[in-house]
Amino acid sequence: MLHIYCPHCGEYREEEEFHCAGQAHIARPLEPEACSDQEWGEYLFFRKNPRGLHHELWVHAAGCRKFFNMTRDTQSYEIKEVYKIGEQPSVVAE
Amino acid sequence: MQKYSGFGLFKHSLTHHENWQRVWRNPTPKKKYDVIIIGGGGHGLATAYYLAKEHGITNVAVLEKGHLGGGNACRNTTIVRSNYLWDESAALYEHSMQLWEGLAQELNYNVMFSQRGVYHTCHTLQDMRSNERLVAANRLQGIDNEMVDAEQLQKEIPSLDCSKNARYPIMGASVQRRAGNARHDAVAWGYARAADALGVDLIQSCEVIDMEISDGKITGVKTKQYGVLKADRVGCVVAGNSGVLAKMAGFELPVESHPLQALVSEPIKPFLDTVVMSNHVHGYMSQSDKGDLVIGAGIDGWVGYGQRGSYGIIEHTIQAIVEMFPCTSRVRMNRQWGGIVDACPDASPIISETPIKNLFFNCGWGTGGFKGTPGSGNLFAHTLADGKPHPIAEPFSIQRFHTGALIDEHGAAGVAH
Amino acid sequence: MTQQNRLTSGGRIDRSTPLTFTYNGKQYKGFKGDTLASAMLANGIDVVARSFKYSRPRGIVACGAEEPNAVLQLGATEATQVPNVRATQQELFDGLVSASTNGWPSVDTDVMGMIGKMGGNMMPPGFYYKTFMFPESLWDTYESMIRKAAGIGRAPKEKDPDTYDAINQHCDVMIVGAGPAGLAAALTAARGGARVIIADEQNEFGGSLLNSTEQLDGKPATEWVRAVVEELSTYDDVLLLPRSTVNGYHDHNFLTIHERRTDHLADIAPVNTVRQRMHRVRAKWVVLATGAHERPLVYANNDVPGCMITGAVSAYINRYGVVPGNELVVMTTNDYGYQAALDWADAGRKVVAIVDTREAAVGDRTEAARQRGLNIISGSAVIEVQGTKRVTGVSVAGLSASGAKVIGSVTKLKADTVATSGGWSPVIHLSCHTGSRPVWSDSVVGFLPGPTVQKQLTAGGINGQYETAVALQEGLDAGQKALAEVGLAVADVVLPEAKTLKVAAPMSLFHIPHLKPTSQAPKQFVDYQTDVTAAGIEIACREGFEAIEHVKRYTAMGFGTDQGKLGNINGMAVAAKALNKTIPETGTTVFRPNYTPIAFGAIIGRNAGALFEPERYTAMHKWHVEQGAMFEDVGQWKRPWYYPQKGESMQQSLNRECMAVRNAVGILDASTLGKIDVQGKDAREFLGRVYSNAWAKLAIGKCRYGLMCGEDGMVFDDGVTACLGENHFVMTTTTGGAAHVYEWLEIYHQTEWPELEVYFNTVTDHWSTATITGPNSRKLLEELTDFDVSNDNFRYMDWKQITVAGVPARVFRISFTGELSFEINVQANYGMAVWEKLIEAGAKYGLTPYGTETMHVLRAEKGFIIAGQDTDGSVHPYDLGMGWCVSNQKPFSYIGKRGMNRSDCTRANRKQLVGLKTKDPKQVIPEGSAAVLDPNGPKPLEIQGHISSSYWSETLGHSIAMGFIKGGLDKMGETVYYPLGDGTVIEAEICSPIFFDPKGERQNV
Repeated sequence: MLHIYCPHCGEYREEEEFHCAGQAHIARPLEPEACSDQEWGEYLFFRKNPRGLHHELWVHAAGCRKFFNMTRDTQSYEIKEVYKIGEQPSVVAE
Repeated sequence: MQKYSGFGLFKHSLTHHENWQRVWRNPTPKKKYDVIIIGGGGHGLATAYYLAKEHGITNVAVLEKGHLGGGNACRNTTIVRSNYLWDESAALYEHSMQLWEGLAQELNYNVMFSQRGVYHTCHTLQDMRSNERLVAANRLQGIDNEMVDAEQLQKEIPSLDCSKNARYPIMGASVQRRAGNARHDAVAWGYARAADALGVDLIQSCEVIDMEISDGKITGVKTKQYGVLKADRVGCVVAGNSGVLAKMAGFELPVESHPLQALVSEPIKPFLDTVVMSNHVHGYMSQSDKGDLVIGAGIDGWVGYGQRGSYGIIEHTIQAIVEMFPCTSRVRMNRQWGGIVDACPDASPIISETPIKNLFFNCGWGTGGFKGTPGSGNLFAHTLADGKPHPIAEPFSIQRFHTGALIDEHGAAGVAH
Repeated sequence: MTQQNRLTSGGRIDRSTPLTFTYNGKQYKGFKGDTLASAMLANGIDVVARSFKYSRPRGIVACGAEEPNAVLQLGATEATQVPNVRATQQELFDGLVSASTNGWPSVDTDVMGMIGKMGGNMMPPGFYYKTFMFPESLWDTYESMIRKAAGIGRAPKEKDPDTYDAINQHCDVMIVGAGPAGLAAALTAARGGARVIIADEQNEFGGSLLNSTEQLDGKPATEWVRAVVEELSTYDDVLLLPRSTVNGYHDHNFLTIHERRTDHLADIAPVNTVRQRMHRVRAKWVVLATGAHERPLVYANNDVPGCMITGAVSAYINRYGVVPGNELVVMTTNDYGYQAALDWADAGRKVVAIVDTREAAVGDRTEAARQRGLNIISGSAVIEVQGTKRVTGVSVAGLSASGAKVIGSVTKLKADTVATSGGWSPVIHLSCHTGSRPVWSDSVVGFLPGPTVQKQLTAGGINGQYETAVALQEGLDAGQKALAEVGLAVADVVLPEAKTLKVAAPMSLFHIPHLKPTSQAPKQFVDYQTDVTAAGIEIACREGFEAIEHVKRYTAMGFGTDQGKLGNINGMAVAAKALNKTIPETGTTVFRPNYTPIAFGAIIGRNAGALFEPERYTAMHKWHVEQGAMFEDVGQWKRPWYYPQKGESMQQSLNRECMAVRNAVGILDASTLGKIDVQGKDAREFLGRVYSNAWAKLAIGKCRYGLMCGEDGMVFDDGVTACLGENHFVMTTTTGGAAHVYEWLEIYHQTEWPELEVYFNTVTDHWSTATITGPNSRKLLEELTDFDVSNDNFRYMDWKQITVAGVPARVFRISFTGELSFEINVQANYGMAVWEKLIEAGAKYGLTPYGTETMHVLRAEKGFIIAGQDTDGSVHPYDLGMGWCVSNQKPFSYIGKRGMNRSDCTRANRKQLVGLKTKDPKQVIPEGSAAVLDPNGPKPLEIQGHISSSYWSETLGHSIAMGFIKGGLDKMGETVYYPLGDGTVIEAEICSPIFFDPKGERQNV
């Protein structure tokens, strides 16, 4: 079970208070109408799904209810860092 | 292929079982194949078997980075059923179901396909509506599925709490009586043995580390152990690694790999001779021929390749099991483990061409992979032989995630199984 | 019955407290401090089980978690049955009732044993894959026979009378195992000021020291144990957990400890006590001091009762004062095996021989045996055991130097007990749980914990260090390291003096050869519980199952309830030999949780029965209960479904409730609908982005219905939002969708549009909502308010802040029934009071409470959808015929717009929501029914769509239905057919889904 540091609350809490909302840094296209079906499909469904470092979006659902990003190793489950929305990771997945 | 039978067992017992033949060879790979299948799990082995048997293509290699049937093939809870909602999926899983029936005889390997029935319990009016819809659709699709009321259900499964005292009292259930379980290892081994007998090379401990692609066309794969192996066509069937292989080929998939856990109790005297699943309280259970209660847990909500999930999921699952089967409170959990499920956004698989010519992917089965094994292999073999999808497989293209023609089986897939 | 194997003195049992227990219906005596196993051995009980496949008699082999055979049924009553209790871990209590689980008519004289003897040769590994196939139709019969033989114990048939609970724990250092290494680590960490938890599966701390006569500081080692435990007990921040098994080690140093609080007292927990407890521990550092399990050797007939491991023999003698036989033969590959012979001789019984597979090994223990004059046979092995229900003798022969072959002649010795030691396997289970792969060590002759990302330390036996002095030092070192890691100073600890004995090198030998080839020799068991033999493993290898995982799966090795604690390494060795590989070349063996099995009840703790999942009630719940309402589960809410009156069928209730609304006035508890308060200067803009329709012009005091879609364009929720102020709205959602919608708003705000100034707060529970609807609803409202609620002053789709029954209320004039309606929202604390006032005042207007079912009928008469019932994630607003609720004029590309314009979403012939009118007005199409164009066509029939809502409409005097039909909106008036399960077919005409008051005049009065 993951032990997660909420960057908003400033403390470690149990995974049960959080949930993962998928891959981080997927920006909604600014002009959806300009997207082809192909591009819109990719925005909606296609994901990196790496074995190794991954940037994810999490929410402290049963806590402060704020979203934040997490860089986590999907093989060892080590959390490398958490950072707020709008910030960039210092440990970067390839 | 040495034929298996009760008489054979007797004969071999006279010679102390010293003369059993190998179930499959251990060949050194050739430099070039007509078809290379990456992944020696149930689906890959079934694909190889049907390629050889139904399409006469025997110059085939199955490349497996570990040992045959060592991934999700041996980590699942072995449920087989075909009562899916949409016509496309119903056709796919029913195709598979019909291959299950008679598979042991066809492979001359007892896969112990046991048609002991699978029940979906309904705990709310919405559950009832969903299941009634499913039953009605299945009837027209030619798939057996029926509703039973709570009273009848209690008679059929005495250990299930069908009383009004439950937190979510059971209102009824749908049951597919042709559905059931099979012995997971035997399925992989049976296909492997039969494919080998038809000339397919099964190469274990052979890891693909790159794809040989030129002009948007695949010509072979690079392996860690044997260098480049050439092939006219390559089929990728690597549940739990699809994203990694797709990345080698330079594209992304609409797939995420999540931990999916399961657990078994200690072996106890059989009291449950069928399979019960509840989407509402989130648990499902059967009892194996050894006496273990086989219980599937939910999917963790994050990408994970560690074959482990979070303990909280196990707690929730067992809560559901004890809620449904109060007599299990003093039964003990023996072992838990995790697999890696490649889940598609619509809970339906991908059997498809890819952006790379002659490279085909069969993935994204989510929790439905085991039951789909024969059908998946059969249709994928057809796809690899023809270079284009079988009509039943056609709707399951990657393209659907662009056009929007999804086959949303979340209702039918519900809890993980 | 006498305890013929009990010594008159010695051991840690309390001879002044005799206990009575029952095994297979017979009463026996034991003492406080016994395990069930030690008491059985004291009483000379040899056969405790019949084996799974061959029905061979089996006896007790070990004395702890590794025991494969002594797995019994426990329990004096039906409700307190416990299956599969390991007798070696069950403390004896007075009145304990136990039974063996297999064997007919009894475990001693088992008919199946005969069949096992004759048919055993027909059952090589995987035999079931090779047979039972013909004819296909008989598999069911074969399987039911197989299932008759399945299982060990049985589940109770009654509900568990006991309760369980869980505690969340946090600590600096979690120490697993309270042997010498664990205690040294705990003492160090505790003195250093760390928060410590130390857990051990046994009933008292001390580990291996409890089983030996070893001395520390010149005194019995247990004295040191007592002093350490005493000191540890004085620290506030140290939690000592005996009878507590750390059964799982999960990511980020999360561990679960299974504490058995009452299993040693009775088979039912004393009143007001929990039977078992799970500790869910988050530890900064973990010290694994789990010790090692002894490996038995694999030799012919090594499963005959009387065959044990040497450590167990010593433990039974030293700890329980029980000598489990009279004449002992020891076979060992290492010095530690000699200890059993020394202890046996000390107990005054006959040591027939010590058979050492090594030539001329010289260590302190071997020399002690020599000095005692014990008969040591070097370079030899016990190649076969005689006896069936108890060992009667052994065959000893010389071995080649490698141990691969028997050389020389065979000598037969008379003996009733054979104790073997093939060395020790470090207990690495927990370190494997987090995905760490173990590493083989040639010097230890075993697997050691592999590299890990957990904050984990190891000490003692788990590192292959079996000398007490080394274990103590490693424990101390681990304690100091943990202190440093958590930022505490070095602790002052002086270790007790332990005698360091000289140990000769062990021999790497697992499988004892026989005169005959393995395939023809008597059975040599590797895994007792699953009946896996060395010959079976050879067959598996011969057949091509070469990866160790294949071997395990093909033979079932390691799949028992002991998870191969005794057998796995031996099995790997046999496979390695067959494949001509080294053990590490065949693979590794990875253990999964649980270390030992855990009751389901303990895992779920309090979350059972009434506490399985919370029930949510509205403020008016009590009233509904008093009125005899039937309830419907919607999410966690209990909603009134309908209110039956005496003698009414459900349909009669619904008809009555519906007619009351249409002709008079009805009242519905609508409190469960999700309510989200939305504020901020960009609130209006935000609404326009998340709803498909327009919000720019919604005036203060007005309400509007909206559809919410995903980025794929599919509808997932709907509801009415009211404009409370220029920058203030309140949104309603479906009851089940509230949490999801709330998070949906947050994720878009926080991650996509943080520049918008908008705030959300869930206020569902803050409000109680009473909906009054029907022609008399205005008259009723007028009774309870001074506000002018006339049609001129309070228009349809308006909301007003007024006073109702003396309570401030937000009243929305919106309608889900098509009737004149008012939704009265008051602070939840006033909900019941206002409700009761309404009921009281409503009597003269025919006010009738109605539930969700009537609500569904009434809205269906109007063609209103229910999100989740008439949508399934695959329909967009146009599919629902709700294009009127989509605004394509909005400048911002709202969520769903692009999605619903993908090629598949705009194609012809999509399934569209329509009304369906049956040809026979009395027939109600079952919900879920599938439509076809030609019911007589060949299967599979092409499904045109399904019925999503269907009811009898008492208002209209005919049935009504809503459902999906391919291209349905263009097929008005056409006929479709619904084939039912009973073979009949319902014919229906496609029509508008608005069956009642199509112009909407009734709500506008």
